[in-house]
Amino acid sequence: MSDSLILRVVTKWLVPVILLFALYVQFHGDYSPGGGFQAGVIFSSGFLLYALVYGVDATTRVLPEAVLRVCACLGVLLYAGVGVVSLIRGGTFLNYSVLAETPVGGQHLGIIVIELGVGITVASVMLLLFYTFARTIQPQ
Amino acid sequence: MSLLLNTVLLVFLLITAVAVMRVKVLLAMVMLFGLYSLLVSSLFVVLDAPDVAFTEAAVGTGISTVLMLTTLAAIRQGHSAPIKPGKRLLPFLLSLAMGTLVIFGIQDLPNFGEENSPAYQEVAQHYIEKGQQETGVPNLVTAVLASYRGFDTLGEVTVVLTAGIGVLLLLGRREKVHLRAKKSATTDPQQPEKSS
Repeated sequence: MSDSLILRVVTKWLVPVILLFALYVQFHGDYSPGGGFQAGVIFSSGFLLYALVYGVDATTRVLPEAVLRVCACLGVLLYAGVGVVSLIRGGTFLNYSVLAETPVGGQHLGIIVIELGVGITVASVMLLLFYTFARTIQPQ
Repeated sequence: MSLLLNTVLLVFLLITAVAVMRVKVLLAMVMLFGLYSLLVSSLFVVLDAPDVAFTEAAVGTGISTVLMLTTLAAIRQGHSAPIKPGKRLLPFLLSLAMGTLVIFGIQDLPNFGEENSPAYQEVAQHYIEKGQQETGVPNLVTAVLASYRGFDTLGEVTVVLTAGIGVLLLLGRREKVHLRAKKSATTDPQQPEKSS
């Protein structure tokens, strides 16, 4: 935790920008470099910066560990769920073409949803790792 | 221009790699590792692979540096790594042998960017020609990762989750796993222990 006023103020301004950038990378990954994995890491790095400046306790109040544990599993379930839905709709596992009226539309929809799943899982697991490591630090 | 850029980046990469080995303070080592990752990601940009560069910059420079710093803060003692001079010969010979083997193996790879190599002849050609038409996604890397190789990516995400579960099982706290007890668990027991 830092007592520096400059660090605290800059972090407060920077964290929303980082989170917004992560969302941009997440949902613009079809058109520009990026995707779920990168977006998840950037998203978690926003909270990491917050935790480094304001302390882990303040961060766990914003994002409790239990929520992260659920989210980490939710991402994988979302991904696999898309596969199951495409099975139910008469396609093969993870064949997105059957998800919408046109195959191209289905592909696009499927890619967006599974990238979201990847992003949720990666962001949650990265933050969980940080929480777990940070908790092993002995108090000064 | 590209040759100059590549040379400069590779020379810096080499300098950083040697510096990581020479430096005795672990904190400086972690910083140099971050620099190393940044240089590698710049190299990926020069090689026209912005997606990979993105990942390398975010994971290698950002997250893993912070994780290593946290680990250093957790162990606190033993911030230097003393090595006895006599015990250096065997690791040196081992790494020399491994390096020679790798360079020997590289000879069989097709030349960089050679269009007749199998990698560009089979499925890659189909992806490049039909990718956008079939998936409606202009970014080919996303199309291949998410759609053509969707099953692989599912496996990768599962690996990430499994790694997280493994770390939680090894280091995580055993109590307080229920979502129900969130309110009392997150406010009460964490107040006494201040992690800096």
